[in-house]
Formats: sequence, structure tokens, C-alpha cells
Amino acid sequence: MNSDTNRYQRQIQIKEIGQLGQDKISRAKVLVIGAGGLGCPALQYLAAAGVGTIGVIDFDVVELSNLQRQILYTVDDIGQSKAIVAAKKLEALNPEIKIQPYNFQITNKNALEIIEKYDLVVDGSDNFTTRYLINDACLLLNKPLIYGAVLRFEGQIGVFNLEDAVTKIKTNYRDLFPKPPDAMSAISCNEIGVLGVIPGIIGTMQATEALKIINDIGKPLTNKVISYNALQNTFYDFEVVVNSNPSIDYPKSKTDFLDYDYNWFCNANSVVETISVEDFDRLRKQEKIITIDVREQGELPVVNEFPYVLMPLSEFENLVSTISQEHKIVVFCKSGQRSLSAVRILKEKYPNSEAFSLNGGIENWKKINNKILL
Amino acid sequence: MEISLLAFGQIAEITGKSTWKMTGIKDTENLIHNLEEQFPGLIKMKYSIAVNKIIIQRNTVLNESDTIALLPPFSGG
Repeated sequence: MNSDTNRYQRQIQIKEIGQLGQDKISRAKVLVIGAGGLGCPALQYLAAAGVGTIGVIDFDVVELSNLQRQILYTVDDIGQSKAIVAAKKLEALNPEIKIQPYNFQITNKNALEIIEKYDLVVDGSDNFTTRYLINDACLLLNKPLIYGAVLRFEGQIGVFNLEDAVTKIKTNYRDLFPKPPDAMSAISCNEIGVLGVIPGIIGTMQATEALKIINDIGKPLTNKVISYNALQNTFYDFEVVVNSNPSIDYPKSKTDFLDYDYNWFCNANSVVETISVEDFDRLRKQEKIITIDVREQGELPVVNEFPYVLMPLSEFENLVSTISQEHKIVVFCKSGQRSLSAVRILKEKYPNSEAFSLNGGIENWKKINNKILL
Repeated sequence: MEISLLAFGQIAEITGKSTWKMTGIKDTENLIHNLEEQFPGLIKMKYSIAVNKIIIQRNTVLNESDTIALLPPFSGG
């Protein structure tokens, strides 16, 4: 018995898989987008099962607050690239397969080139911009997309862009959710929280769907989305139908896709002015401004270079009326995403407020200011 | 005529419950109007509506004992 057969013996024993199925698994190429709460368990099981080529794309680094749910990482990995660390761990788990890390952000400029190389895509991203972008790229390239998303005690999973064997119908994320939510309701785990085991369950289900599709066995979640609620112990399934509404405006060609502004689409309800690090530094030295940190309590890096008020985004709506409108306001967070949401909330309440979002967040501020010091 | 409601994610948070019954609702447009009046927090929310588990895209007439589910998108990963 060679090492391959021994390693996969338990799944080769299943008659629906067998050696033929195992060969399909080792020929399969799966791209996992996001090596976070969903991506970690999905990656582990796909690698363990012997998926021959696994791509893992993530631009972020491991943080202490990730370890509660991102189970590939340990304390020693903090500060290191998730894609690189994940690839290393997966190689240790199964050296017989090929792991390709992509240590950068997926954008409409690079998505097609990367996704093209794979048979199917697992969406483990954590924001709407990426979710719409991945969906549209998979549509253009005709790749099945295994969708997963989590919030608090709930999770959603579904399979998009895969033709139903009987009805020949295929649907996509935009058929289910034609438009992204506005900034106020667009919340992710960073802001609202999730029980760590929820992405574990959903990510594992995503891996299961991938293995079913690769082997062409059972009934994949084609044109379906399941909503799981851990508190109630319920699974509720939704049948997705093709949305014929002409207002659904997804890019129809590769050129359209490259030109599509996903950031704008996902924040389409209002335009927020950002302020560069340099302008912010000039402004705060020049006049009295109000600086607000919308990160959650205890998030790093610590800021002691300038005064600010802490108003976590999760409580921002309740606190917004306490902000004086007499001065210019600069809002910052870690990377500049949540501060955009906060400024939108602020402007909704005070349309004339002179509020700006710090471009690139405090991380960018520290990077630029430390360079100047050096 | 009685219908059953199911709410998920942030929708359930706004309505304060995940399952309940309603009467006197003739179609989904009427339902949305009624819900937004009861729960103004829903006005700004984006969510999909399923009637008896099938996602609908236009106004749909409701019948006795239909189950209507309100599903918002999540972005967390």
C-alpha cells in the first residue's frame, strides 16, 4: 500500500468516492478566498482530503483577536501573513499536495487571472465588496462558487453558478442579494462579533460542498442557501431563483469587470471624503479638530501620538449625537474601512458635518510617520 | 388569514423575535409596509424575502398558513 492510499484510505473506502473519486480530488484545483474564520477550516479539510492544488488568498496578517476562530494560527504567528502561514501549516499537514499562497488583496484587476487557474472557488471573505467581486468574476469565468458568511450565532452557506443537474438553472449571489446593504447595516465580524465555532461549522460545510462537487456526488446546494442558527439549532433553506430585474447591473464582459468600481457599488449610498495622513497631520497642528477612534476597545496599535475619543463602531450610532459639530472631525480605525461607515452614519445625522475618514487607517498613519522619523 | 414570519440575523434583532404570526396581510408589499410601520429600523435594511422557502422578487399574493422568511445578507467570514 503506497502512502497516498494509506493517507486517504478512509475516504477511498466509501463506495461513492473510491480510488476514482480520490483521483478526481487530487486533480482538483480549489481557490479559497480569505484565510480567516471560514477559510481556515475549509482549507484544513480540503488539504487533508488531498485536493491536489489549493490556492489561498489573503492580504491580512494574523492578530491575537483572530485566534478565537481562525484555527490554523497560533500565538507565534501573530504579525505574519495569513496566506503564508496558512500555506506552511497546510504543507505540514499534507506535503503531497500543492499549496499556492497569494499574499495580497483580491481586486478586479487581478481576480480573473487568479480564478481562471482553478476549478472552483470557496468564498471566505469578510466584506461585501469582495463578495460581489468574487461572484461577478466567477460568473464571467463560469466557475462554481461556494458561498459562506457568518454573524453572531448564525451562518449562511450556498452554491452559486453551478447548473442544477435537472432544471439546468444556475443562480448567483446577485440573484439572492441584488444590492449590497448601506454602510449602517453592513457589519462584519470585526464590528459585531461571532461565536468562533460558527465559521468552523460553515467553513467545514463549504469544504464538504467542494468535495461533493469535485466528485459529482449527492445534491450540492445548487440554487440554495441554508441559514443555520446555532442558538435555535435550526437549518432553514431558501431556494434562489434567477432575478430578472433589469436593475441588476453586473459586468457582462471582462472589460466591464476591470472598469467596475466595486468600492463605489458597495458604498453607493453616499460619498465619504477621506483625508490623507499628511493632510490630517497638517490639519490637527493647524486648528482644533475632533479625532475619533471607532475601533473596538483594546484594539491595536495603541495611539498615544495625538488626542482622540474612543467611540467603537458597534456603539457609534448611539454616541453620534454626543459629537460636537463645531470643529472639523477626523474618524479613524485600523485600515480605513470602518471609519468610512462611521462618517456615513455621522453625515446621515448631520449632513453639514465636516467629517473625514483617515485614509488607510491608523496602520497607514503609523507607517508613514515612522518612515519620516527614520 | 394567518401567516408565519421567520426573521434572521439583524432583521431578528430589529423585530426582537425570530418567529411570529401575523393576520390580515394580503401580499408581500402589504407585509413590508406593515413591518416597516411596526419596526422602523427595517426601512434602511436590505433583505431578501422568501415565501414558502422560495426567494421572491416581486409583489406576491399571500395565502393562509404561508411562511415568509426575511433573510439579510451577512458579510462576516
